[in-house]
Amino acid sequence: MKKIGLIVNPIAGMGGTVGLKGTDGKAILEKAKRLGSKPQSAKRTKETLERLTFLKNDFELITYPGEMGERIAKECGFEPKVIGSIKTTETTATDTIQAAKEISALKVDLLLFAGGDGTARDIYNAIRNKTVVLGIPTGVKIQSAVFASNPMKGGDLVALFLQGKIKETKEAEVMDIDEEAFRTGFVSAKLYGYLTIPYEKQHVQRIKSGSSTNERYAQEAIAQDIIENMDDEYYYIIGPGTTTRPIMERLKLDFTLLGVDLILEKKLVEKDLSEQKILTYITGKRTKIVVTPIGGQGYIFGRGNQQISSKVIREVGKDNIIIVATKQKINSLNGQPFLTDTGDKEINQLLSEHVIVITGYHNKVVYRISY
Amino acid sequence: MEEKKKFVHPYIPNSVPEIKAKMLKEIGVKDIDSLYEDIPESLKFKGELNLPKPMLSEYALERHVMQILAKNQTCQENLSFLGGDCWQHHVPAICDEVNRRSEFLTAYAGEPYEDHGRFQSLFEYASMMGELLEMDVVNVPTYDWGQAASTAIRMAGRITSRNEILIAKSISPDRLKIISNYCNPVVSIKLVEYDLKTGQLDLDDLQAKISSKTAGIYFENPSHLGTIDGQGQIISDIAHKNGALCIVGTDPISLGVLTPPINYGADIVCGDVQSLGIHMQYGGGLAGYIATRDEEQYVMEYPSRLFGITHTSVEGEWGFGDVTYERTSFHDRVDGKEFIGTCSALWGITAGVYLALAGPQGMQELGQLILQKSQYAMKRLSEIKGVKIPFPNSPHFKEFVVDFKESNKTVKQVNKSLLKKGIFGGKDISAEFQELGNCAVYCITEIHTMEDIDRLVQALDECLNKEK
Amino acid sequence: MTKNTKVKNFHQAKWDEPIIFELSTKGERGILFPEIEKEIEAIVGDGFSKLPKQMIRKQAPQLPELAQKQVLKHYLRISQQTLGADLNVDIGQGTCTMKYSPKINERFAGSPKFTALHPAQDESTVQGILEIIYKLDLFLREISGLDKFTFQPGGGGQAIFAMVSIIEAYHATNNEGEQRDEIISTMFSHPSDAAAPTVKGYKVINIYPNEDGLPDIEALKKAVSKRTAALLITNPEDTGIFNPKIKEFTDMVHKVGGLCGYDQANANGLLGITRAKEAGFDMCFFNLHKTFSSPHGCGGPATGALGVKEEISDFLPVPLVEFDGKKYYFNYDLPKSIGKVRAFYGAVPAILKAYSWIMSLGSEGLKEVSRIAVLNNNYLLKKVLEIPGASAPYAKGRHRIEQVRYSWEDLYNDTGVTTEDITYRMVDFGFHMWSSHHPFIVPQPFTLEPTEAYSKAEMDEYLAGLRRVVKEAHENPELVKSAPHRSVVHKIDHEPLDNPAKWAITWRAYLKKNKK
Repeated sequence: MKKIGLIVNPIAGMGGTVGLKGTDGKAILEKAKRLGSKPQSAKRTKETLERLTFLKNDFELITYPGEMGERIAKECGFEPKVIGSIKTTETTATDTIQAAKEISALKVDLLLFAGGDGTARDIYNAIRNKTVVLGIPTGVKIQSAVFASNPMKGGDLVALFLQGKIKETKEAEVMDIDEEAFRTGFVSAKLYGYLTIPYEKQHVQRIKSGSSTNERYAQEAIAQDIIENMDDEYYYIIGPGTTTRPIMERLKLDFTLLGVDLILEKKLVEKDLSEQKILTYITGKRTKIVVTPIGGQGYIFGRGNQQISSKVIREVGKDNIIIVATKQKINSLNGQPFLTDTGDKEINQLLSEHVIVITGYHNKVVYRISY
Repeated sequence: MEEKKKFVHPYIPNSVPEIKAKMLKEIGVKDIDSLYEDIPESLKFKGELNLPKPMLSEYALERHVMQILAKNQTCQENLSFLGGDCWQHHVPAICDEVNRRSEFLTAYAGEPYEDHGRFQSLFEYASMMGELLEMDVVNVPTYDWGQAASTAIRMAGRITSRNEILIAKSISPDRLKIISNYCNPVVSIKLVEYDLKTGQLDLDDLQAKISSKTAGIYFENPSHLGTIDGQGQIISDIAHKNGALCIVGTDPISLGVLTPPINYGADIVCGDVQSLGIHMQYGGGLAGYIATRDEEQYVMEYPSRLFGITHTSVEGEWGFGDVTYERTSFHDRVDGKEFIGTCSALWGITAGVYLALAGPQGMQELGQLILQKSQYAMKRLSEIKGVKIPFPNSPHFKEFVVDFKESNKTVKQVNKSLLKKGIFGGKDISAEFQELGNCAVYCITEIHTMEDIDRLVQALDECLNKEK
Repeated sequence: MTKNTKVKNFHQAKWDEPIIFELSTKGERGILFPEIEKEIEAIVGDGFSKLPKQMIRKQAPQLPELAQKQVLKHYLRISQQTLGADLNVDIGQGTCTMKYSPKINERFAGSPKFTALHPAQDESTVQGILEIIYKLDLFLREISGLDKFTFQPGGGGQAIFAMVSIIEAYHATNNEGEQRDEIISTMFSHPSDAAAPTVKGYKVINIYPNEDGLPDIEALKKAVSKRTAALLITNPEDTGIFNPKIKEFTDMVHKVGGLCGYDQANANGLLGITRAKEAGFDMCFFNLHKTFSSPHGCGGPATGALGVKEEISDFLPVPLVEFDGKKYYFNYDLPKSIGKVRAFYGAVPAILKAYSWIMSLGSEGLKEVSRIAVLNNNYLLKKVLEIPGASAPYAKGRHRIEQVRYSWEDLYNDTGVTTEDITYRMVDFGFHMWSSHHPFIVPQPFTLEPTEAYSKAEMDEYLAGLRRVVKEAHENPELVKSAPHRSVVHKIDHEPLDNPAKWAITWRAYLKKNKK
């Protein structure tokens, strides 16, 4: 019998309804409560679990006590296996991490967690890519791509996964936003890492497996196109992400998945560069930037690749920016434009127009950037 | 806008003014013109299309079209020896009966539930072709042999990651035009000579031209000149030794008596199924097939639809569906393999009916009948003064070349004279195969009686030796 | 009134018909061929002696053996298990332009005066059919405003490919073949518009729709350059929204030296309304099996009639049919021709049927076809939007041309029932609602196209089917999700179709992989 793990971060989302942009840290939680915030997580988790009740007898649900999953699971009619222990309802990141480790160790087929970016980060810290996971979006900040688009769809996705109709997985970004800065109106998001999630193709035809055109294939095709057109006169700033990864792999170069690397004449100049380092290398030199949208929202700049700052962009020039993305990724934006948030209004405005995006080998699309 | 007059057409139920008004009211607009609000004035076509006055009554229409068609003289009213990419064979009544059924004739792209029969009939077609070809994968038909050969060649290019193809020069010239356009500029073509004495592939020329760039060698067997090449195994060995594929084009109606190309090393086999129960229709009855072994690397390179058999949730029920649907360009646009669309499915269904009717014995008897009749015709024709058969010692199936050089008459003149006698002489190839001189390809099938052949012989003799 | 229209208590024919191989009885014969004349046999023998041994088939093909009536019965039964357009309110296969294919035209196509014509016959013996081909060319010139048509392409895909071939030849002639290596299309154009160019080695740039569902002129501006070989575009696209700026598009592409090809596979809302010429196109094609009524035949035979402007007519495939005032003849004298895309002159039965269809309608009739198709579509749009859970993304409040791409996204969010589920449930009421809606930008898409051939009552019946299924989605989603229940077969197991170890494309492959 298949096993599904469930972890609810009970306080996730409490800051949002009262305008606090997150619930990281005890003081903020207290403030949220004072402002009259009610827990969101359980309610939304219920929407997910309700979509799974018809498969109730086909899998085992493993969860943590009380508000961390047990209560809501039982409310939805499940008889979960409950492990671990927590002190009352005031759970912390430590509890999430502990729960994730213990549940993952039981070799669950999928770990469902309810929370926001902070929770995703905790899950990542606990288990990396050891277990397939899926986030139920209940938090305030949902920049990471590991979440279902809404709780109900998350349930449907898990159902398909349980029924074997979805077999493929993909790596999705975990983003980490500094809440303190976020509250003051400035978003500073870092690409924190990747979790493995089930991958649902965007078509209604039939859910298929073993196809030749998966995300990975598209990424390889993009890399082939980029490499074929590389000009040895230029420095190439390679932004983070799984879409740019095959470029470095095909060139057999050392690279960082989460950082920014610099190459010249198809050789690595240096990896994991800071903004300052980049500027030192490229100032006055001909340079191109290769970037892909990071996270679930379609950010081209300003999320997870802040090293490629407005200063760097200004130095390189708008026309030397090469954007790459698979069509699946573009389609998942549901027509919303790519976004930029460089913290520099002038640059944001400058970038806001139609752009060519490389989506495969000899294959491009025209898409729009906004801010 | 007020509708000018009551124009109610039998094909347009809602042209009834009252219904129109009701629907306009429901939509909330005053006239149909306002539904075209997005078309700018400058793009609107003003005035009337300059078309003939319509034949509104069905009777008038029938009379009109039938009168035009009456100007044709057909192969049924005359005695025809035309072949070469379209052939006159007997069309069993059941073939017409099935392909004229409304259900098949007007179906299109439904799901394998409500269109179960469409899937089953095309699966059965592929299955029976598979038996004939002794191959496990056959596509839902493409447009014609030319497309089938073109795609087979491009598949070979993708499978071998090479982009040069060798083609036997004895190929149908029309088909070569199709392939050339389809391959240009991605795959380059080199022609391999055929032996002028035998019509068979020139192996020395093949050896000279094949290289590590060669994706495959394509030849037709029987060839466009009618000859059967017994060197198939040698050719495919040469191809394989050089890492290339062996692609063979063949008329499936020959396979009741001829060994299927897979037995002499073919990797991909293609051709046309028109001979299998489909009327010529002025060339409108063509449908191409592509067949391979059941290996994933081959299956994945098909651009065509492939229908597979499976089960359903009910015990004992057959179900069907697309095998690896995502190969096709429908899914991922240009990442798919070539393009796909509406081709010639109805003729595939029909060819299946034909094979089911003929069965193993029928295909064999039919093949033998054609062999005997064409051999008889070749022998009789070769006895006419002024006529030579260029490849007299080579085996043939249903077509053969006739050379009129010694008669000092052009094929055109001969055919003109035959036409007066109600005979459509063989296809003139003197311009396309100049190396052969003043030649035509004659085609003999099961529809030709001994009397028909004797009549041809007599008519030719008259026109070559008795008329000025 | 319409709310009360009932859905039918339908059940499709279900014969539980075996695979034809399972019906085989050794020795049965379906048809006999003529006996060989004794005299011939006496002269040539058995016919095999001339063949090289290795070329003689050793074992007869393992075809099924059935008597004639048994073959007929089998095929009639499986025909009944196929839902042809003649039998249903076929508005659910949107983009396919399912309309009435008049039976009188089948009478023409079945006449021996047509079926028994060989394509290599002397021109003097085929003046009738050449006249039809030539006159259909004249008609389509009038309908498109362009100057010359070929009927060689055997479908829309091949017509697009022929266009790309002409584009390539045109630029090569101008010595710009190397430079112009990009073709621009849009996401909502037919996927073949992007797939066919890659066969010719072109790079493809696709334009995403803006919030109005249309390709943006600003986006095109980004895409065009001196590398642009051509624009291939549909208008209206599958959304049914007419792009009013289309002339600006063609102008912009011409300005950089590219050609413009109009995919008018489906032109059903535009006959006599607006034309390729005025919109600035150099080429266009019409699918005779869509707009011009030739039946779809389970997927062909078909024709993509390709028309071009005078300036590029030299590039058309050979031969063209011409008329010298007395007789019709073939013109092979096109030195710049791309050669051929299909054997002979195309799928001639489709040409014959399209000719007859136009002759039955005339100018006024063609216009009426389009106007009613548009009327029907907007009526349906109004009524579909009244169904809770259905929506029509883009162009809110505006009218559409001949079809609409709708979305069940809201219904899905409320009930978890998908387009796919609804498709299979609609089958239980005798309707199609097909599931191919490339490129899947619209979530939970469905596309309806109620051509001129359907009455208001029929549309109401289809709508009643949709309403019924939506009601079920709320009340009993499992019923919908486990559909079909009253079709030929039940839920198909797709797993073997994607698994190389299990897939079986022929019966012999099935037997090999499923040895008992």
